[in-house]
Amino acid sequence: MNDDHQLQSSALRRGLALVTGKLIIGAAGLLTGVRAVWSGSRPEAAQTLYFANHSSHGDFVLLWATLPPDLRARTRPVAGQDYWLASRLRRFIGADVFNALMIRRDGAGPGPNPVEQMQQALDGGDSLIMFPEGTRNTGDDILLPFKSGLYHLARACPDVRLVPVWIENLKRVLPKGAHIPIPLACTVRYGAPIRLAEGEDKVGFIARARAAMLDLRPEYERNEGAAP
Amino acid sequence: MNELSAFAWTTIKLFGGVAGVLVLASSIGALLKWRVAHGQPHAVIDNLNARVKAWWVMVAVIGLGFAFGKGGVILLFYLISFYALREFMSLAYTRRGDHSAIALAFFVALPGQYLLIWVDWYGLYSIFIPVYAFLLLPILATAGGDTQRFLERSAKIQWGLMVCVFCISHVPALLMLQIPGFEGRNLLLIAFLVIVVQGSDVLQYVWGKLMGKHKVAPELSPSKTWEGLIGGVASATLLGAALYWATPFNPWQAGLMALVICLMGFLGGLVMSAIKRDRGVKDWGSMIEGHGGMLDRLDSVVFAAPVYFHALRYWWVP
Repeated sequence: MNDDHQLQSSALRRGLALVTGKLIIGAAGLLTGVRAVWSGSRPEAAQTLYFANHSSHGDFVLLWATLPPDLRARTRPVAGQDYWLASRLRRFIGADVFNALMIRRDGAGPGPNPVEQMQQALDGGDSLIMFPEGTRNTGDDILLPFKSGLYHLARACPDVRLVPVWIENLKRVLPKGAHIPIPLACTVRYGAPIRLAEGEDKVGFIARARAAMLDLRPEYERNEGAAP
Repeated sequence: MNELSAFAWTTIKLFGGVAGVLVLASSIGALLKWRVAHGQPHAVIDNLNARVKAWWVMVAVIGLGFAFGKGGVILLFYLISFYALREFMSLAYTRRGDHSAIALAFFVALPGQYLLIWVDWYGLYSIFIPVYAFLLLPILATAGGDTQRFLERSAKIQWGLMVCVFCISHVPALLMLQIPGFEGRNLLLIAFLVIVVQGSDVLQYVWGKLMGKHKVAPELSPSKTWEGLIGGVASATLLGAALYWATPFNPWQAGLMALVICLMGFLGGLVMSAIKRDRGVKDWGSMIEGHGGMLDRLDSVVFAAPVYFHALRYWWVP
């Protein structure tokens, strides 16, 4: 335990995390040729909450990889602690490499409230990557129903830019139950920021946020209806 | 020794000629940017300059492959096939049940085909994908237990492999053809194909931009015109005939071969365009600045290479 603690605080671990981060980004690029498309917003140094569709554990890796390095350094993914704290390797990747904000996804259980945790991180000046569906979408649906967290954050932190993001194709790279990733070109599209209108209620805002994400899909997918 | 230096000299002349054309194109592009666009953003001229710049890179990459001989060329086209297949599969409709079939295409069929080319096993590489992959891929897909749009999904994976791997692999396969009196110079067969087919694309673009009015197939490809087609194919055929000294052909054979290559290339471009329109996209990808994706640049090579290969094999290989 003591050894572990020493290693954790050592420069070696930080260096390893830095190298691992570069390796993961390199591998993601090789496999998916990932590219960013900024339509309606520009990469800006302003504090931002990116909200994206979630179909793979690699989602935030791709989003993170397409951010300019200076923005990347201050952007933290919001990750489910049940998955990312489950083994030492995952903990290293989640906590050390990506500096993820670990939240509980079971909601009712004891411990801090996820929305409060995110709000605290935003108050502290971090930018965040969050997935409003709350869980991975592994089925045939294009997008699962949203949890209300996005609305609460929009209300609590009105000065934070809310940028919708659509991650395209990653679901097909490594679908649930598959062990070998296949190389497919992935795109991360960043849309125009949205903000909570005066007097707008939860249902209306969530519907608008959802539409902003769905509008970022490529034309051929919007016409098709079902996600491939 | 004498043979080798003659070959080296021919290669240098070809690459020198291509570089000369690119210098000319870069100069014209710069001149247009300065005199016509006055340094301001201009969609057509900027795209032209991006294309020319990408051509410099592509010619350099091909030159690098040539410098490493057979291994370099096979590796180069392996990578080209990989990127083409990735573009194709990214746009194809597939479902979760196709995962193992697509994995097989990328990790077995693709390296397998190029390995067979490397060991020059003609009897197997000419049927490996059309027969064995054709039968095995849908068998794997049935394991997914998902029948929705099954035939369409299987057909698309098969088609992707045929176009991106099987057809493209016929370019490096040219290296292994045993043409009497042409030993050790097979790289020139590839140079001839690439120069004629890409020259035809470029000349069609130039003729089309200069005097194109009547569209050939407006539903398929709004940029292809009769003026571009006739002018481009005729001038690329003449270009091919003029390159006879670098080939095993006499001038009229070189011209005829070039004509076949240009026509197959043009028709290939139409077919690949139809697929893009069907999917609702303009380009296959974005990896080559100004051109689109790998397949946008290669659509004509895909259709020309196997026909050129078999024409050579039938008439020139005893």
